[in-house]
Amino acid sequence: MATGGVEVPRLAGGPAGWLSVIIPAVLFAWFAQFLPAVADGQTPLIGIDWVPSLDIRLEMLLDGLSLTFALLITGIGTLVTLYSTKYLGNHPEYPRFVLYLMIFMVGMLGLVLADNLIALFVFWEVTTISSYLLIGFTSDSAKSRRSALQALLLTGTGGLALLAGMIMLGSAAGTFSLMEIRGMGDAIRDHEYYIPILILFLAGAFTKSAQFPFHFWLPNAMAAPTPVSAYLHSATMVKGGVYLMARMNPTLGGTEPWFWALVIAGGFTTVFASVLAIRQTDIKQVLAYTTLMALGALTLFIGAGSSHAIKAAMLFLVVHSLYKAALFLMIGIVDHETGTREVADLRGLARKMPITFLAGALAAISMAGIPPFFGFIGKEFLYKAGLEADVAGLWITGCIFAASVLMFMAAGISVARPFLGRVPERFADVHEGPTPMWIGPFLLGALSLFFGIYSDIPEFWLVGPATDAVYGSDVSVDLYLFREVNDAFILSMITFAVGFVLYLGHGRIRNALGRIITANPIKFDPGWDRTLDGLKVLAGWQTNLLQSGILQRYIFIIFATLAIGVGVTIYLQDALNFRMDIAAELDGLLFKHWAILTFITAGAILTALTGSRMVAIVALGVVGIGVALLFIIFSAPDVAITQLLVETLVVVLVAVAMLKLPHLGVRTDESNRPVHAMLSISVGVITTLVLVAVLQSDLDLRLTEYFGETSWSEAFGRNIVNVILVDFRALDTFGEIAVVVVAALSAYALLRGTRYGSIRDEGEEK
Amino acid sequence: MVNSVILNAATRLLVAILLLFSVYMLLRGHNLPGGGFIGGLIGSTGFILYAIAQGAEATREALRAEPQNIAMIGLGIALASGVYAVFFGDAFFTGQWWFIGDRESGDYIPISSVLFFDIGVYLVVFGSILTLVLALEEEV
Repeated sequence: MATGGVEVPRLAGGPAGWLSVIIPAVLFAWFAQFLPAVADGQTPLIGIDWVPSLDIRLEMLLDGLSLTFALLITGIGTLVTLYSTKYLGNHPEYPRFVLYLMIFMVGMLGLVLADNLIALFVFWEVTTISSYLLIGFTSDSAKSRRSALQALLLTGTGGLALLAGMIMLGSAAGTFSLMEIRGMGDAIRDHEYYIPILILFLAGAFTKSAQFPFHFWLPNAMAAPTPVSAYLHSATMVKGGVYLMARMNPTLGGTEPWFWALVIAGGFTTVFASVLAIRQTDIKQVLAYTTLMALGALTLFIGAGSSHAIKAAMLFLVVHSLYKAALFLMIGIVDHETGTREVADLRGLARKMPITFLAGALAAISMAGIPPFFGFIGKEFLYKAGLEADVAGLWITGCIFAASVLMFMAAGISVARPFLGRVPERFADVHEGPTPMWIGPFLLGALSLFFGIYSDIPEFWLVGPATDAVYGSDVSVDLYLFREVNDAFILSMITFAVGFVLYLGHGRIRNALGRIITANPIKFDPGWDRTLDGLKVLAGWQTNLLQSGILQRYIFIIFATLAIGVGVTIYLQDALNFRMDIAAELDGLLFKHWAILTFITAGAILTALTGSRMVAIVALGVVGIGVALLFIIFSAPDVAITQLLVETLVVVLVAVAMLKLPHLGVRTDESNRPVHAMLSISVGVITTLVLVAVLQSDLDLRLTEYFGETSWSEAFGRNIVNVILVDFRALDTFGEIAVVVVAALSAYALLRGTRYGSIRDEGEEK
Repeated sequence: MVNSVILNAATRLLVAILLLFSVYMLLRGHNLPGGGFIGGLIGSTGFILYAIAQGAEATREALRAEPQNIAMIGLGIALASGVYAVFFGDAFFTGQWWFIGDRESGDYIPISSVLFFDIGVYLVVFGSILTLVLALEEEV
């Protein structure tokens, strides 16, 4: 090599690689400059008008909560993308991966920064869709496709509920701005929509943050490449639901339904998930379930709602993001170098991969909650908040105690097991992962230690401002490692003791758990499949019921509906109030009118009576041309020309198609003719009645006058019809031509489809 | 495809006239009867005639571009002419006008984003109908 044998660490992946690292890094720096202002209690608001007519502004709300999230998203984003340059840099689809990851990052940043509810929803959906693309990145695997679709359907359904909730909240509050809504908490909580709004918001948040019973998509989402799991499914996207709950706390929180919904769901999820975490044999799955545990804990403490609980939740949010992203990245390196993530296989890697071990150990100690790490402070504050809770204190403390013990155990399983002990034969050639890969976990692990020792740094810049934003008023946040031997400290010590004992026996515990879980009849993942199958059966049943495939029947139903619907309406509204003097009207008709009427009527009668399709279609064309003549007489040349052209084209098109159809004479179902005749006559009569009724009322000419006056002065056109089409109502026209294109393409696809179909049929006949 | 000497001879002339006429209808549309929709219909009639006389394959060759692509390009032009206004601070699809020449004396040519929108409509109608007709022709 030109560098003289010294290997210079170089970013793989080409321009996509280094761009993907630079973009989040620059954003991180940009957001970091707001730290002093936000720590000072200000909320910088930066925005532009997006859809002014709908009162939708794209506004960034930078308070403590969103800034903490933004820094986590961009900071961890930088490390994860750096990691990916090596992890996926040689993948042929790597640029596509980077694109998805960047789309996700933009969506996630928008989600936590949006001030407008509708904008928040749009970004929420961006994260859902990009998550779908990222989970399904290895699209040649059926498992990953299924997991991606499952995540999309579940979080997407939740998203729709959220949209409904947001619209209700917006109409209840009279504004879509989160800044303004935040001050209206009391009014919203007393509003009649409060319960529906709450249910819909929680449906969105619980599916996104994988709370029980929507938890099962998250472990499945581990089918994604490891950087994605580290980024989306531990540090950022799944915290979107947590963000929403935290953001809504001043508005929706503090009521009994809010408290119990969050405390029960969060508490149950946290214990349930940590039990399942112990049961896994794949370390990535262990980490996935501990992520569920963390999400449950966050929900639990946001629900508890006291200033201590909110403080603990915000603290734990930062703690968890740091160590969990590091652990995911660590297991990714192990997987990358050894090709396995199974607890049973991995042993003694510390000697082979010392830096990875160090990074993993730092993070795992933080996860286990051992002092002087940041995780210890996090756990202490969770215990303190639980012990000081007025309501359900025992439940909260119990849940978090059980979860912490199991987390201690999980930390042991995911780092102590694979790295300690003797190196097995098969790993003799394993070596350390490349530099860009271990930088991320190492930095995050080191930060977990640093923040533990210098806890006033995260306290002042991140946790304090975030707590103020979520709680709705100033809360004194004072993080410390150790001050006195109190209940929380004693509980911590018990946690270590129990956790250590359980870790020693974790093989037996896993087997016992496996037996219990296998015996349990309620399974969510197969249940999901059954639900989907059921939906397909339902769709098939109703399609068979409604779609006979017989064109005659469709047309019959359409016109019968029209006749009955309009006929009944005319009768009920008593619209048949003939004030018109029919005889006088008829006397007023000139010869040319009579001529055209005869022309049209003759065409219509011929269409109905002829036995030849070709004659029928030409006769129908005659009717159309007669109508065009009417337009000419009443001076609407544009409409007349269009009508003439369309009639001509229809005749040509149908004539071409008709060559393939059987002769009318061979029709089998003659018995329907009287029914069809009756239907035709009644549709005709009812249409006539509608026209007569319309003529009874005075014509409102305001629009005509307006367009007549403004078409030259404002749009420089004299042909009002055209000016309306291309200028005044151009957006409508654009919609219409888009429909025309879609219709043409669909028809094209159908025609091509039948051609292949007929080839297949011929093949079968042979 | 119909084997008729008269039709074949007449088609050559008619297609050219119809196409010219369609462009004429498109351009005059803002002030007189006509416009993109009508123009597109007339233009497509020309090629339909050609397809009847010479067959679908010959028509595709004469068109040079796939009709569905023409329709999509038209949709793109229409969209672009609408988005264009946004760069000038106006709402979507606000007409933008330029007057080439001396506006005082009335000796000028007006050009507008609205015209491009109409051209887009023309291409969409033209392309969509031909997509359908040619596919039908080949199918039968």
